[in-house]
Amino acid sequence: MWLFRIYQNNMENFITLKNNQTIPLQDIPVLAYPEFLELNISFVKEDANHCVNYYGFPVLDTIKLICCIADDVKQKIYVSSSVIKKDRQEPITSFTARKLCFHLFERELHENFAIPYYDHPWLKPVRYPIDRPNQENTIANYPFYQIHSEELHEVGVGPIHAGIIEPGHFRFICNGEQILHLEIQLGYQHRGIENLFISSKKILQRNILAESIAGDNVVGHTTAFVQLWESLIGFRPDNKLVYERTLALELERLAMHTGDLSAVCTDIAYQLGGAVFGRLRTPIINFMQHWCGNRLSKGLIRVGESNFPFTMALANELTQVLDAYEPDFMEMYKEMKSLPTVLARLEKTGVITQKQAHRVGLVGMAARASGLSRDLRSSHPFGLYPGVLHEPVIKNHGDVSSRIQIRKEEIIQSIIYIREWLKNIPEQEKQPTVLPMPTANTFTISLVEGWRGEICHCAVTDLNGDILHYKIKDPSFHNWLAIALSVRNNEISDFPICNKSFNLSYSGHDL
Amino acid sequence: MIDHLKILLHQGKQYIPDVTKAIISDTFRGRPVISNLQVDEQQLIDLCPTGAISNMPFSIDLGKCIFCGQCAFACPEKIKFSNDYKMATNDRNGLIIKEGEDQPILIHADLIRKEISTYFKGSLKLRQVCAGGDNSCELELNAASNVNFDMSRFGIEFVASPRHADGIVITGPVTKNMAASLKLCYEAIPEPKIIILAGTDAISGGMFTYSDAINRSFLDLYPIDLYIPGNPVHPLSFINGLLELIRKR
Ligand code: SF4
Repeated sequence: MWLFRIYQNNMENFITLKNNQTIPLQDIPVLAYPEFLELNISFVKEDANHCVNYYGFPVLDTIKLICCIADDVKQKIYVSSSVIKKDRQEPITSFTARKLCFHLFERELHENFAIPYYDHPWLKPVRYPIDRPNQENTIANYPFYQIHSEELHEVGVGPIHAGIIEPGHFRFICNGEQILHLEIQLGYQHRGIENLFISSKKILQRNILAESIAGDNVVGHTTAFVQLWESLIGFRPDNKLVYERTLALELERLAMHTGDLSAVCTDIAYQLGGAVFGRLRTPIINFMQHWCGNRLSKGLIRVGESNFPFTMALANELTQVLDAYEPDFMEMYKEMKSLPTVLARLEKTGVITQKQAHRVGLVGMAARASGLSRDLRSSHPFGLYPGVLHEPVIKNHGDVSSRIQIRKEEIIQSIIYIREWLKNIPEQEKQPTVLPMPTANTFTISLVEGWRGEICHCAVTDLNGDILHYKIKDPSFHNWLAIALSVRNNEISDFPICNKSFNLSYSGHDL
Repeated sequence: MIDHLKILLHQGKQYIPDVTKAIISDTFRGRPVISNLQVDEQQLIDLCPTGAISNMPFSIDLGKCIFCGQCAFACPEKIKFSNDYKMATNDRNGLIIKEGEDQPILIHADLIRKEISTYFKGSLKLRQVCAGGDNSCELELNAASNVNFDMSRFGIEFVASPRHADGIVITGPVTKNMAASLKLCYEAIPEPKIIILAGTDAISGGMFTYSDAINRSFLDLYPIDLYIPGNPVHPLSFINGLLELIRKR
């Protein structure tokens, strides 16, 4: 009897999906909240598992909660759900009190739907979204955490920063030059993009919205969108489309990683590195412009078709670009790493330990720099990655230096992949056709490893097959807290390089 | 030291010698050219994601166009995007490209405020404010100052404080959450000062025009000195627009 119960439980309280799979919404088991909580807490207790998305959306007079846990070893995603009454007064138990990695997801639920939690450690606002129930609180009157002491002082930075950067507010509490605490408040970039995915009815509009989620990660987010949409409508992209998207994703990684190395060098006033890495990014993005007319790849990725077929001529050109890039990059990197004045700024600066990374639920490159093997290219392969047997690059110190080394090694890895792919350009198999409508009442999840890390898009369709709800999660959503933790006990002058070494997205977070 | 010199040597010359004459890839979507051919105009109007296309006469408003190129793919005989990146103008209506016209987009000398030519012709310091931009225009504005485009050779630079600035470059559709800070920053700039809108999102709101989270009222309060379309704005569009605006007349 017991055995039977357990078996039945396993069958019934969650559903197991693969990346880019679409299922009827009703196939996701709906659990009572306490059971839902226990299930997901027990999932993340396993080292192989982490939460890729946990969110809610209104259904009549309830909020439907959906939690997606990725199993990085078994390459599966466990999805479960629950419902709670809208305007519920009586507080519920938080996931966060048990597992910190849920903290931001629950803050978002609280902010969006006023879900009351009685044991959430800090229900700090996430982004002040336009349709939040509590309109009294505004981004301008946010009460930052304070410590009263004669010895300490506060430093406020932003929302507008000194350089050309997206806005966000950083509030430091310092003891002399040393940072005791940093609090980050975001939301200035909130454009209501998730709502626009619902109200913009044309597929092209949604495709272009996906390009604008984070304009420095166009290929990543747009690939997540088209994978999701093609799964929703039951369209299988041909090898050519898959090829182009994956190639572009690695080129985006190559370009952004190179740009980040330039930015870190600039921030430590190492001008040669700043200039050389900066200019090394140029031929890569100019190649993108040559391929698709846009240096940041806008316009390249479309549902069900491509306006810019990749050709042999482009492949030859790209080979030349890489041939010229590689020796100059390696020469510059080697030189940079030989300079004690550079290394002294990077090593042991902005450390996130593996334990911290695990606790806050870090993803992507930043997680890998702290010894966590989180890389969807190997754990939930999409695009061309099932054929690559991708080995994530892992570093263990979790400092700025590790995050620099990861970039260099991932650049080399990307170049190897790209060169391999260039040997064999698939032929276009399918002609563009009229695309079907999505199926009614379904749920889809798509995961893509962009250059920053894990991008997750989830959609739910209504009874007409239109989008009922669209949820975007940028990797930055997981990682912003890590910046705040990494700078503790560092000199305030090291903040810029800590920040650059993560290079998180504001617009991707604020949506 | 020797290694540094070697690296410098290996870089060769990276800067674009004449940014006003640089030729970029044919695939780049710059100023469109629209033919007089009779086509199903409504189909193109319906296709456009931002409502940039209208008829009577058939035209594309580059202040709204996000350069997706989809109209040109649907009807290449009617619409062709040229690689002309000089798209900046100080006349909002100058961004509306009509059928049968193949003229450069101009900055009109008579619309330039006198203070601009008087004070800024040799040096222009700008404060950038991102107000909901997706970081694509921001990356390109940063690129304008890199060793390839090297904008500072013309005395044009981005500065860290509005107090040091002669004007403001706005990117993004202007979110509600950013509206107050944008205004504060503008007010902190000493007179005389200019406003530049960089990128389609800033000029019209782009894809975000109908979002509730946008508040563009700031832009109605002051004169706009330069509109530079693009998604994102190309560094060459930006630099050429500024050079033309502050050129000695
Ligand atoms: S290129 Fe511009 S005008 Fe043409 S469809 Fe796209 S947004 Fe509309």
